[in-house]
Amino acid sequence: MKLTFEQSAAGRQGVKLPASDVPVKVVLAAKYVRANAAPLPEMSELDVVRHFTRLSQRNFSVDANFYPLGSCTMKYNPKFTEKLAGLSGFADLHPLLPQLRGGEKYAQGALEVIYECERWLCEITGMKAYTMQPLAGAHGELTGIMLMAAYHKAKGNTNKKFIIVPDSAHGTNPASAAVAGYSIISVPSDKRGVMDLAKLKAVLTPEVAGLMMTCPDTHGVFNPQIDEISRLIHSVDGIMYYDGANLNAILGRARPGDLGFDVVHLNLHKTFATPHGGGGPGSGPVGVTEKLEPFLPISRVVKRADGVLALDYNHADSIGYIASFYGAFGIILRAYAYMLILGREGLKQTADHAVLNANYLLHKLKGHYQVAFDRVCMHECLFSASKQLERGVHAIDIAKFLIDRNIHPPTVYFPLTVKEAIMVEPTETESRETLDEFAAAMIEAAELAQKDPEVFHFLPRTMPISRPDETKAAREVKVNFFA
Amino acid sequence: MNPYIANTPEDVRLMLEAVGARAIDDLFVDIQPRQSPRSFDLPAGLSEYEVVRHISALSLKNMVGPVPFMGGGYYDHYVPAACSALISRGEFYTAYTPYQPECAQGTLQALYEFQSCICALTGMEVANASLYEGGTALYEAMMMAVRLTGRKKIVIDGGVSPIYRKILDSYTHSLHIVFVEVPVAHGQADRAALVQALDDQTAALILQNPNFFGTIDDHTDIIEKAHACGALVIESVYPVSLGLLKTPAEMNADIVTGEGQSLGLALNFGGPYLGFMATRKKFIRQLPGRIVGETVDAQGRRCFVNTLQAREQHIRREKATSNICTNVALCATQATIFMSLIGRQGLRQLAQLNLDKAEFLKSRLSALKGVEVKRSAPTFNEFTVRLPRNANDVIEAMMARGFAAGFPLGRYYKGMDDYLLIAVTEKRTRDEMLAYCQALAEVLGV
Repeated sequence: MKLTFEQSAAGRQGVKLPASDVPVKVVLAAKYVRANAAPLPEMSELDVVRHFTRLSQRNFSVDANFYPLGSCTMKYNPKFTEKLAGLSGFADLHPLLPQLRGGEKYAQGALEVIYECERWLCEITGMKAYTMQPLAGAHGELTGIMLMAAYHKAKGNTNKKFIIVPDSAHGTNPASAAVAGYSIISVPSDKRGVMDLAKLKAVLTPEVAGLMMTCPDTHGVFNPQIDEISRLIHSVDGIMYYDGANLNAILGRARPGDLGFDVVHLNLHKTFATPHGGGGPGSGPVGVTEKLEPFLPISRVVKRADGVLALDYNHADSIGYIASFYGAFGIILRAYAYMLILGREGLKQTADHAVLNANYLLHKLKGHYQVAFDRVCMHECLFSASKQLERGVHAIDIAKFLIDRNIHPPTVYFPLTVKEAIMVEPTETESRETLDEFAAAMIEAAELAQKDPEVFHFLPRTMPISRPDETKAAREVKVNFFA
Repeated sequence: MNPYIANTPEDVRLMLEAVGARAIDDLFVDIQPRQSPRSFDLPAGLSEYEVVRHISALSLKNMVGPVPFMGGGYYDHYVPAACSALISRGEFYTAYTPYQPECAQGTLQALYEFQSCICALTGMEVANASLYEGGTALYEAMMMAVRLTGRKKIVIDGGVSPIYRKILDSYTHSLHIVFVEVPVAHGQADRAALVQALDDQTAALILQNPNFFGTIDDHTDIIEKAHACGALVIESVYPVSLGLLKTPAEMNADIVTGEGQSLGLALNFGGPYLGFMATRKKFIRQLPGRIVGETVDAQGRRCFVNTLQAREQHIRREKATSNICTNVALCATQATIFMSLIGRQGLRQLAQLNLDKAEFLKSRLSALKGVEVKRSAPTFNEFTVRLPRNANDVIEAMMARGFAAGFPLGRYYKGMDDYLLIAVTEKRTRDEMLAYCQALAEVLGV
């Protein structure tokens, strides 16, 4: 498909600007002015609308396809939350208004959304306080690790060098800890798929600053010994960090705070149904227990004695600003609306049905694919294409087969702990019929792998493109139309 | 009743039977009774209408009525309807990171076009597929310069957004990075003081154009001085101004970042926004975040993929160039739609309109007794005035007359309590500006 730049024709323009109503035409000194106009495409409004409509039709999406991308929680995103985010009272609200003297009075509605969202998340996760500022899960992780570092510094724990992560962790965990200056110790999982307690004990020293854990973990397993792990980490004054990527599995069934976690990040685009947008914007609020609260980023939203909400910058021990403003407000608002509509029972139901749907698929497929851990799973089930590999068919080949069935493939090759991993997260919003169709397609792929493995190399067949040459993309770097 | 769950009681019965469990509770066996929530005290759910009513009422408790003259890096530009209509399409809105390129060419091509538009604006050779926002983008650029030079000193011009400077401060607290901040002189970068601060330990010089006070500059000379020390230069820019202003590439900057809110995104009370970053091709392997590259498929047809992923956390884990995973793809798509609509000539016109209108207000305000308009350097669509009294007092009185008069510089700068930063976009009319002057004259009693 042509690029916008290739459709450009000199003289076209898709926006009509107001005519100037002032008797001024400034001519800047030549040294301040660019030599040539920025070569943006020149298109009519219809050109642009048709181009981007056609581009959109080249995407799979939750609205059009089953999208069981493991660990990403591709649940349905309710339509009404988008409408709310577009209300002028929010969309046109300037973020610097509440920073005027007494300016909080101009943003009481928006501050209430943030304040109430924090309160809901505190109760859902068993934390004392939240910051809504982090702009994605990984940003929340970095914020959480900075809080950990500030805690140790304030306590004079100068020996803290290491952060423990399980081998099944998301790549962002070790990356975030490293950015904050820590070294990483990776601990393997045992046969049940959970962190090996003996191996954890073997690496536990007073130099351990904390442990980062997803719970249930990326194997789709809830670690029954999680409170024992918390006790061990706390015994060296380490901090327990909860990666909230999988909170959606345990809503109303367990709370990180009760399990011994000290700091939590959530992904509002996962558990709380805000849009994934083709890769963001996300939102990664961070919650803490009492001992970490003094270090939370500024500003904080507080309720004054007179009931007025205000921004509070007066926290001497705070780690400071981690973003320009108060978070991805439009996303926070959508998550808040989602929580309000579901309420206590509805939130718990989402976890119940997410887990039921995953177990249903686990049972439907386990005779056809190697199961990574043969036990009850939580919100996602993990397979290996090892049986199919014997016939030369890889996980990625199964993925491409599914694309031809109009199904977005599950996550493949993650977690790294399982060879040829296929990680399926159906979410609670899918019907039994959809799950049955998916299972039938997966079984058909397994059968085809036995009968005619060669055919997979030519899949997918039904998309606008076949498999891209990724090596060429990396070797002959071309990331800009103009260069 | 839960409108987002399809399973009926009969479905549940059939599924449990297939699984071999008696009840959903049985699937949660790994959670021990002692691990049950100590509390889960939340309100009952509401209907969609009730939530809409409640949140609409909250939206009315925000003040968006006063005519806005406030900027500070975030501007009240018009957002064409096509922008919002197109990104509301479920195919963009409810897709995820394009891990499977065959069924994500829409997102991938849009992001490739975004990168190309950013290169067109800035004149740089390569750009990434977006970062969270302008402030965190500047932090990522600083860390990139630290990696590229192996040095740890940063010289930063006092004209860089004070909000950004506070962000850089927090992130580098534990990383042993030395900051030297050089206040501006007469509204522009202080050449002599900057040269004095630069040395062979300097990883980067950070500049902003237009700077926080609204003034524009040609940084070519100071960038040359920084390069002579072996330092890299990071320039933070305001994209709409690049419809007219000299590009960072023309000034020979090494890394360019900015806030893309002005490219068709609403103010949204601070987010979601759009960070962008562009650089020289030779630095691309140190560029953080997602990058979309062109390639061909098995039949030789052009297509797009996430590329150079060996830099990223999901491959490199603790050795990655950044911990970033999700960017702001939807906002980048929105900005791409905006830039495609406005086009080459339109962006120049838009920039000129902003410049002319701001200049009009500036000249009218100069005529007011007691209002001192800073004229030492040219400005774009925002400028600084000195008032005969505390800017916050004036803002409050102006608010009562229906104007968001501007941003008080005393909020972030010591000794500037009487200074007001005023922004004018294409949306402000002559009548609104004249009324603003009239109201200010009343407030000041002149």
